[in-house]
Amino acid sequence: MAKEILSGNEAIARGAYEAGIAFASAYPGTPSTEILENISRYKEIYSEWSPNEKVAYEVAFGASLAGGRALAAMKHVGVNVAADPLMTSVYTGINAGMVLISADDPGMHSSQNEQDNRRFAYFAKMPCIEPSDSQEAKDFLKLAFEISEQFDTPVMLRVTTRVCHSKSVVELGERRESAYREYKKDFVKYCMLPSSARVRRVELEKRLSKLREYSNKSPLNRIELSNTEIGIITSGISYQHSKEAFPDASILKIGMSNPLPDELIREFAKKVKKLYVVEELEPYMEEQIRMMGIEVTGKEVIPGIGELTPDIVRNAILGKKVTYEIPKIPMRPPILCPGCPHRGFFTITSKLGLTVLGDIGCYTLGAYEPLSAIETCLCMGASVSQAVGFAKAYKGSKKNRIVAAIGDSTFIHSGITPLIDAVYNKANVVVCILDNETTAMTGHQEHPGTGRTLMGEDAPKLDLEALCKAIGVPHVRVANPNNLKETEKVLKEELAFDGPSVIIFRSPCVVRDRSVWKKPLIVINEKCAACGACFRIGCPAITKDKSGKAVVDPILCIGCGVCIQVCKSSGADKCKNVSIGYCSDICSQICRASALVEKEDL
Amino acid sequence: MSHKNMSVVFTGVGGQGVILASDLLSEVALIHGVDVKKAEVHGMAQRGGSVISYVKFGEKVYSPIVEKKSADILCSFEPLEAIRYIDFLKEDGYAITNTVRNFPLTSIFGKIPYPENPYEILSKFTSKVYEIDALKIALELKVPNVVNVVLLGAISKLLPFKDEEWIQAIQKKVKAKFVDINKEAFRRGKEAIVF
Repeated sequence: MAKEILSGNEAIARGAYEAGIAFASAYPGTPSTEILENISRYKEIYSEWSPNEKVAYEVAFGASLAGGRALAAMKHVGVNVAADPLMTSVYTGINAGMVLISADDPGMHSSQNEQDNRRFAYFAKMPCIEPSDSQEAKDFLKLAFEISEQFDTPVMLRVTTRVCHSKSVVELGERRESAYREYKKDFVKYCMLPSSARVRRVELEKRLSKLREYSNKSPLNRIELSNTEIGIITSGISYQHSKEAFPDASILKIGMSNPLPDELIREFAKKVKKLYVVEELEPYMEEQIRMMGIEVTGKEVIPGIGELTPDIVRNAILGKKVTYEIPKIPMRPPILCPGCPHRGFFTITSKLGLTVLGDIGCYTLGAYEPLSAIETCLCMGASVSQAVGFAKAYKGSKKNRIVAAIGDSTFIHSGITPLIDAVYNKANVVVCILDNETTAMTGHQEHPGTGRTLMGEDAPKLDLEALCKAIGVPHVRVANPNNLKETEKVLKEELAFDGPSVIIFRSPCVVRDRSVWKKPLIVINEKCAACGACFRIGCPAITKDKSGKAVVDPILCIGCGVCIQVCKSSGADKCKNVSIGYCSDICSQICRASALVEKEDL
Repeated sequence: MSHKNMSVVFTGVGGQGVILASDLLSEVALIHGVDVKKAEVHGMAQRGGSVISYVKFGEKVYSPIVEKKSADILCSFEPLEAIRYIDFLKEDGYAITNTVRNFPLTSIFGKIPYPENPYEILSKFTSKVYEIDALKIALELKVPNVVNVVLLGAISKLLPFKDEEWIQAIQKKVKAKFVDINKEAFRRGKEAIVF
């Protein structure tokens, strides 16, 4: 068969194809996003972006009941959102195979926490499968569907950033269409009224003990016996790090981490002199192994915070302390792109000294200097609900200075319900929907407000204004965030209004929609008074020359013009002339030629 | 090639084409017939932030992560990012950096300025520091986005792959209409550096 280099996410998509699945759903979230993006390329599979992870899990579960193999993919914190249906779906079991893909993010590369979702699988009493590279990601997913059908349970395939986003060589297979399993009405199995839930509760425990037997015999768990001085029990990407750090050690590779293979662990423990558990994040396996009465070394040496690497594993086990000296250099945190429409909004909220309760998306980057505009970030939708609580309890000096900032996709995900709360309970809040007409942070996925589906079809476009009005919001306004005067005026008016209002700041994401690009700007050096006003909007296209004057990088600048507006306003009292203007035609042609721009590069 | 694995660390700023460069190198390794793994992170970390991508190849690769003090080559699209990740380079490994500077906002507002002489700092870690003005070459070709392939051309002289294998990889990863310009960029990168 053909070999290809695939990322873990691409391999999962391939595995879904080969497993003959019928249905796939997700809400985008790093590091899981590319799973559905790649599945959508297979026309044999129905795939959708759902409004949030709870819906994604439920629609997939519905598809499984109806008889088609289904999966739902999400990032680790997405599983929190889907927890409600998940915790009871293990009671009912499935019809056709059902797999939940949980993509965890140790090290929090792109997340607000680093929860270990193996705990979720344990909590829910569902099988947990952990691949350690792309080949396994594909093969284990296929096996997960078989386990799901054999044991009548949803299965968790738990991956981490380094599995999702690492690429390795994968041998491809053919698609085998899964058999359609006819749905049969079964009240006790599918309708979780207390009377039937009590019956299924017992089934759940029976199933778990059968799964443990399976885990002991499954090829997912295997002993690689070598030098027996050191034995390492490990799973997922930690297996690869352990092999690299200790190529001669004996290893028990765990591919099925719930339920753990107790007999296999005992057998392995007897064979080696010193036993270690190498796992990222929680002492998940370690605690269970200790409960079996087996002496083991784990989190007392292996870090429980952040990602592991081969050198961290080696140094931890050998008890070496190694430090690396790097010269002190400026940090380079992620920032709002040049021309990002959020920049105009934050420039004004900073100017007005507003307390901005933030949410999850690109705009959270408005928290960084020099804008320092966003003050909170908790979870999807929390900006709106927190603002309601804030408005009710706040007695400080910034009263009537509190706004919620939430993106369009996040608003649809989890912002609508708290907005209903704001109206219902008469909260004096200004909810700013920063509508850039896409799910930007994760790489521009469609959502109900874009009018397009994952499979590339047209769809009814969710009308945010009509939605907010239908909820009963008395003031619903639309403004252009790139127009600073307008932004300031609308914000001031709505802050003065007593009652909930929504301002939709609408301007497309400039990375996705190049039609809004204008010619790059240029600073007229002689005119620049080096007042620093344009630096404070935090645009990466503007830097400082040796004399402290502004310089615009014509390759980065897309001519949004926010800097011209702050230059003008500072000009009133500092410099007499506006010093920023548009670059010439010729240079913009060079700047815009593109040969190798791919989405992955963004 | 020897049985020992080789590793290359690419660094730069989000949007510079770092990931496509490491994708191309991985593809070449596959075409050459060795095991290969690469790793990077997507999502938030990429919005104009610091980017690092690892590529490892050889007879059998386990972890996709390159260990500190073990990379054979550090190839940076930006001098500050070369310094940031210099501890990945093994003793006397090759540090190749694009010379065009990209000033992070923190260097304008923060307490730590952009270093005056990145070359000098890098030279404290290895004697093999090489600078290349890849943007100048790319602009001569009238396509600034081929900086990544210019840099690949430069480091190709330190790697065990044949030109035909590189061209095959470019053909596979790059859109048809840009293949020629990328082949040219590769050639120019190769010419631009003498190790």
